[in-house]
Amino acid sequence: MGERLASLDDIAPDLPARRIATRWRWSRRPRLLVPSWLRPGIALPLAVMAAMLACAIVPDWIAPFDPTDMGDAILSPPDAVHWFGTDHFGRDVLSLMIYGARQSLLMGACAVFVGGLVGGLIGLAAGYAGRRADTVLMRLLDIWMSVPDILLAIIIAAALGASLTNTILAVGLVTVPRYARVMRAQVLTVRSRNFIEAARASGCSEASIVLRHVLPHTLSPMLVMATLGVGSSILIGAALSFIGLGVIDDRPDWGFLLSQGRNYLTVAWWFASLPGLAITALVISVNMLGDALRDRFDPRMRT
Amino acid sequence: MRFVLHRLAAAALVVFGTVTLIFAALYLLPGDPAVLVAGENATEESIARIRELLGTDRPFWAQYADYLAGLAQGDLGMSFATQEPVTVRLWAQFPSTIALTLFASVVAMVAGVLLGIVAAVNRGGWIDHAIQSVMLFFTSMPSFWLGILLILLFSVTLQWLPAIGSGSFAQLILPMACLGLVASGRLMRMVRNSVLDVLDEQFVVTARAKGMPHRLVLFRHVLRNALIPVVTLLGILVGELLSGAVVVETLFARQGIGRLLVDAVGVKDIPVIQGAVLLASISFVLINLLVDLSYSVIDPRVRAEG
Repeated sequence: MGERLASLDDIAPDLPARRIATRWRWSRRPRLLVPSWLRPGIALPLAVMAAMLACAIVPDWIAPFDPTDMGDAILSPPDAVHWFGTDHFGRDVLSLMIYGARQSLLMGACAVFVGGLVGGLIGLAAGYAGRRADTVLMRLLDIWMSVPDILLAIIIAAALGASLTNTILAVGLVTVPRYARVMRAQVLTVRSRNFIEAARASGCSEASIVLRHVLPHTLSPMLVMATLGVGSSILIGAALSFIGLGVIDDRPDWGFLLSQGRNYLTVAWWFASLPGLAITALVISVNMLGDALRDRFDPRMRT
Repeated sequence: MRFVLHRLAAAALVVFGTVTLIFAALYLLPGDPAVLVAGENATEESIARIRELLGTDRPFWAQYADYLAGLAQGDLGMSFATQEPVTVRLWAQFPSTIALTLFASVVAMVAGVLLGIVAAVNRGGWIDHAIQSVMLFFTSMPSFWLGILLILLFSVTLQWLPAIGSGSFAQLILPMACLGLVASGRLMRMVRNSVLDVLDEQFVVTARAKGMPHRLVLFRHVLRNALIPVVTLLGILVGELLSGAVVVETLFARQGIGRLLVDAVGVKDIPVIQGAVLLASISFVLINLLVDLSYSVIDPRVRAEG
């Protein structure tokens, strides 16, 4: 709509009334005909994610050094041999980061799966069953959300003990309410549509109404939520590692690397800042993709 | 009035549920705290005696009932590690966390609201794009990484500000900037959307049409209406800041509830963990309650629905 008005403005720029109406509107140049996945806002994050995914899947093909290999040069700054410098054991920071990609990506993806599955089921039950079940479940979510994110993750991670599975569970459970709320809102709007009533009138069972008519309509907002959720899951997981509740392994994840590097800030800027850059690049990419998906699936949210 | 009572009851229920949730989660904590309290060379007997003393040998319901009874009298139990009352340890740390979150929320509000308005007014222009890009950066970076960059720049390279510790105001500047900037990204987005919505309203067009100056329309009509929904964000903002404070306090080696919590987790000091999380959660619930109530005063339309 904004574009149409803007082009009218171009035809008759001196019409005063038109000027007032379009003063605040978004005018822009006509869009070039490029496939959507080639636009920089989508191609760039996809490229970053593909590179990180490659690191996660086949780190031994990419990493220049073995991540457990302790060289002679301790805390040496970036140079031609060690592009990202070395750590306090003389290990190559770039190789450590490449091997750490697997932990970080796995954590983010699995946590979203756990949170999305549990949250999706709760939201579906609350939205579809309605009335009392809805009230009880929503109250439960209120309680769930009353403990701030990282604090709840700390309690769960501490209660379960440190391992990759438990970090995934902790982060996943913390993010359950946001998926549940999106799911519930979507189910509520779909439930009152005419085609649900038509399906019921034509003798569909409740199970098949849910599976074939309600669920498909919830997929796109849940997909947007899940994509954006990967970013926040990685951030919460990295914070857990940073605090010291993550997995301690000879293939450390980025959050743990960063917390190690913090002890050498004054002498080795690269050790803490470069793993952090990797986390940030990944989360930015995921968020950009999530925004692009949201623009596509939910035009009302377009900015 | 019914609205207020309804909200109060809901908040009380949430607090009660939170107490139960935290208690149950920590009851499942593996490892015997008595072994940790007893130290390394303790005999079986002394561990058993300490277990009895701490009361951790009793069944779940007995411990839970006891905890609730204590809580009703404002008693959060004794710290396993230092044998001080938990409330004493919490109150010693709380002011530092309040100062940090308060100043950080000022940073977040100023940055978020101002930039949100500027971005919305320049919709589609390069200023809008620049602000949105920078803010995407802030929302996507881990708070501890921003903190490390700030330390590297202002403490290590320029040597303007102290990196760690708490007490003086100079030591507060980096943590509050770090925490506030990370939280400001989301705020800016919401403010921008909210202002954009109002800019499309008919009354803005009318005001412009009758020849009202640009700036006056912005202040008298647009901002007044656009900033109402932003009030609700304060609640979310506080949650984010309390979460972030845990990490930021650890990074900058500041006193505070977050650091107390992280230390307590390290030594499985359950009463302190319970107390710290409970304090943070109750503050969070109370602030959201206040936001809810004040929102109904600012915008009477809400009361009708509640």
